[in-house]
Amino acid sequence: MSTHPEEVLRLDGITKRFGELTANDAVSFSLAKGEVVALLGENGAGKTTLMNILFGQYTADNGTVSVFGKTLPPGNPRAALDAGVGMVHQHFTLADNMTVQENITLGTRPLFSARLDRKEARKRIIELSERFHLAVSPDAKVGSLSVGERQRVEILKALYRDVRILILDEPTAVLTPQETDDLFATLRQAIANGLSIIFISHKLHEVMAIADRVVVLRHGKMVDGVAIKDTDKAALAALMMGAEATPPAVAPANPGETLMELKGVSTPDIGSAPGLKSVSLELKAGQIIGLAGVSGNGQAAMAEVVGGQRVPVTGSLALSGLEIPQWSPRKAVESGIARIPEDRHKTGTIADFDLTENAILERYSNTPFSRGGWLDWRKSRSFANEIIEKYDVRCPGPDTTIRLLSGGNMQKLILGRVLEAAPQIILANQPVRGLDIGAVNYVHSQLLEARDRGAAVLLISEDLDEIMGLADVIHVIAEGRLSPAFNRGEKSPAELGLWMAGQGFEEPARKQESHHAS
Amino acid sequence: MDIIEILFTASFWAAAIRIATPLILATMGELICERAGVLNLGIEGIMVVGAFAGWMAVYSGTGLWVGVAVAFAVGMLFGLLHSTLTVPFGLSQHVVGLGVTLLATSATYYAYRLALPEVTSPPKIAAFQPYEIPILSDIPFLGEAVFSQTPFTYFAFLLVLAVAVVLYRTPLGLAVRAVGENPSAVAAQGLSVTAIRMGAVIVGSGFMAMGGAFLTMSAFDSFFFEMVNGRGWICIALVVFGSWRPGKALLGAVLFAAFDALQIRVQQTDIGAEIPYQIFLMMPYILSILALVVMSRRAEVPAALMVPFNKGER
Repeated sequence: MSTHPEEVLRLDGITKRFGELTANDAVSFSLAKGEVVALLGENGAGKTTLMNILFGQYTADNGTVSVFGKTLPPGNPRAALDAGVGMVHQHFTLADNMTVQENITLGTRPLFSARLDRKEARKRIIELSERFHLAVSPDAKVGSLSVGERQRVEILKALYRDVRILILDEPTAVLTPQETDDLFATLRQAIANGLSIIFISHKLHEVMAIADRVVVLRHGKMVDGVAIKDTDKAALAALMMGAEATPPAVAPANPGETLMELKGVSTPDIGSAPGLKSVSLELKAGQIIGLAGVSGNGQAAMAEVVGGQRVPVTGSLALSGLEIPQWSPRKAVESGIARIPEDRHKTGTIADFDLTENAILERYSNTPFSRGGWLDWRKSRSFANEIIEKYDVRCPGPDTTIRLLSGGNMQKLILGRVLEAAPQIILANQPVRGLDIGAVNYVHSQLLEARDRGAAVLLISEDLDEIMGLADVIHVIAEGRLSPAFNRGEKSPAELGLWMAGQGFEEPARKQESHHAS
Repeated sequence: MDIIEILFTASFWAAAIRIATPLILATMGELICERAGVLNLGIEGIMVVGAFAGWMAVYSGTGLWVGVAVAFAVGMLFGLLHSTLTVPFGLSQHVVGLGVTLLATSATYYAYRLALPEVTSPPKIAAFQPYEIPILSDIPFLGEAVFSQTPFTYFAFLLVLAVAVVLYRTPLGLAVRAVGENPSAVAAQGLSVTAIRMGAVIVGSGFMAMGGAFLTMSAFDSFFFEMVNGRGWICIALVVFGSWRPGKALLGAVLFAAFDALQIRVQQTDIGAEIPYQIFLMMPYILSILALVVMSRRAEVPAALMVPFNKGER
């Protein structure tokens, strides 16, 4: 049994409200030297807000933060930094047009000192990156780095300042499994050197792997704090959700007629993103069609063709057997294709619009939202309210700016917008990316429900477990080529993995071959 | 005289550099503001007020450099107004900028009438005189073109160097650039975005006013209405032309000034007599639009330019 005698951090009764939304409600906990405390909770439970208060970026309405026994002045990141607290934000705080070194050294010297000491800084960065295995060039522009590398820069930024307490806000959300392992190795090394860590996540297995203790937040309130050795994944999920979290049961599908068919569709490559290579696909009523594959293998092209944003150069599209000559997003919406876009921030919602406006985005010009060219706000608002209630969107009301919602709640609104129109065809592109278990199960059960009422669901996901759990028919996409249809349970994950790596296709990818001669 | 011949005379380049000086000063001011993420459309008005303040100070008996300092201080005052509205209050930078230009211009004309109610033509002052830098001014061609200017011009060139060094070689410059790229990154390091942005706008506005002061204290020796005549707007374009880099912006200013100097001279040639002079007046502007189109395609705009930063907002 490990004992952590030295307390380095204490949060006491932290409360924070955003308008009518209470993000944190009297949260208190402490952190000891060399300890890893995981802050666990669903999206919107208030984890990030709490940490932004700790770090001084938000000012708490109530409560105090003390580091090494001293109370920090509220709303002052400088004080937190000086006390040895560092934070790696979920949305990185890096300037893309500047170099790694410039980003790391920013603010480390008094503003009016004469020189930057660039040589010394450079030496130190290289030394740190070697010691902690955080390979990244100090001269690279941040904008040219991968997401994993950017995170290394953020961690280097903290290490460069000799932080004693490091807050990591969902550090693995953007990483591949390999990068996650590397990150954990780095963190363990830092912990051995006496660093204390607050690890924010909703991925249970990661929490179990790295944390000593777990603090669970639910609806902004602290539910429990338990030691890792006294708990397990199921218990944590239950704490987080407030009830046992069970994935929805999948009944056998009852496929009907073909609603949409792609015949020999090809689209050009765009930059390094492959287009489709003579793809044929059938979307049948009452069926979930899973599209598995490694990111960037033509999923975007597929989604855009189905959604109408991209028109095939060769091949044809048919809806219920009828060929469509001129394909467009508007046609797609009119023909009953509903989209859950891949990027809910960029293409799914308009951040500064309120929930009502976002709810009617795709159908604003149709009845009942528009009459004789005038928007009917009362109907629109009640539609938004309906979605909020039915899909449990947690928000102060339909007039809230959607930007203020957490990812999960935003996705629920999109889901409601899509499903309330009772669409025939649902294009679900990465519908659960970045969501917590509760929201994942919810989205999945809604998709199954749509299937059972006779909709065709095209599920695009990079998560093979999700595809295998949900899809009745599975296609694999690799370099823009589509595998034959496999029925549920026909192929093992390993077999699908081979297809994902490009094996098994009849003809090799022609053009790509030369580029990928690695 | 042929156009090519004109281009090879030292007096032509001396004129170009003289014409470029106010542009250089004000462009540096605008560049500092924009690097920190604030578009300062108050530039035109601040140049007017700077022109008046410097001249008025010297007219009432101060030394020339004190006059420059007075212009700088008055410019900073308007910078304080602009930055208070745009930074902590986060108001529209376009609206505030144009408002500051209108206010500064009108206030200047009003002050002029108050100070000199009964004159028909504005009084003259003893302006900066050309100073031939020993040794350097003996260099053929370059000596006459570059090293026989007024001290105010030398100051402008040194300012470009200083701005470049501060921006790229000091912690302060790093923070200014970062605040224009991603203010959250600066806030996350415990620095005050508000203070850095306001500071940049205030100092930048000071340099804009100096650009105006050059007109009354070095280029001419008196103050006229409309004398700034759109130079501020040219500086906005020059910042874009220079891709927000001091050295390139300097180049742009000299280039524009050369076009301007050239058109005056071409008007006096045989071909010039055939063509309406308005065409020549347009030339520098047309050429700068063309240059802007070519140059700014790959320009790296500060990512947070014109994006107000509100602490604690999601």
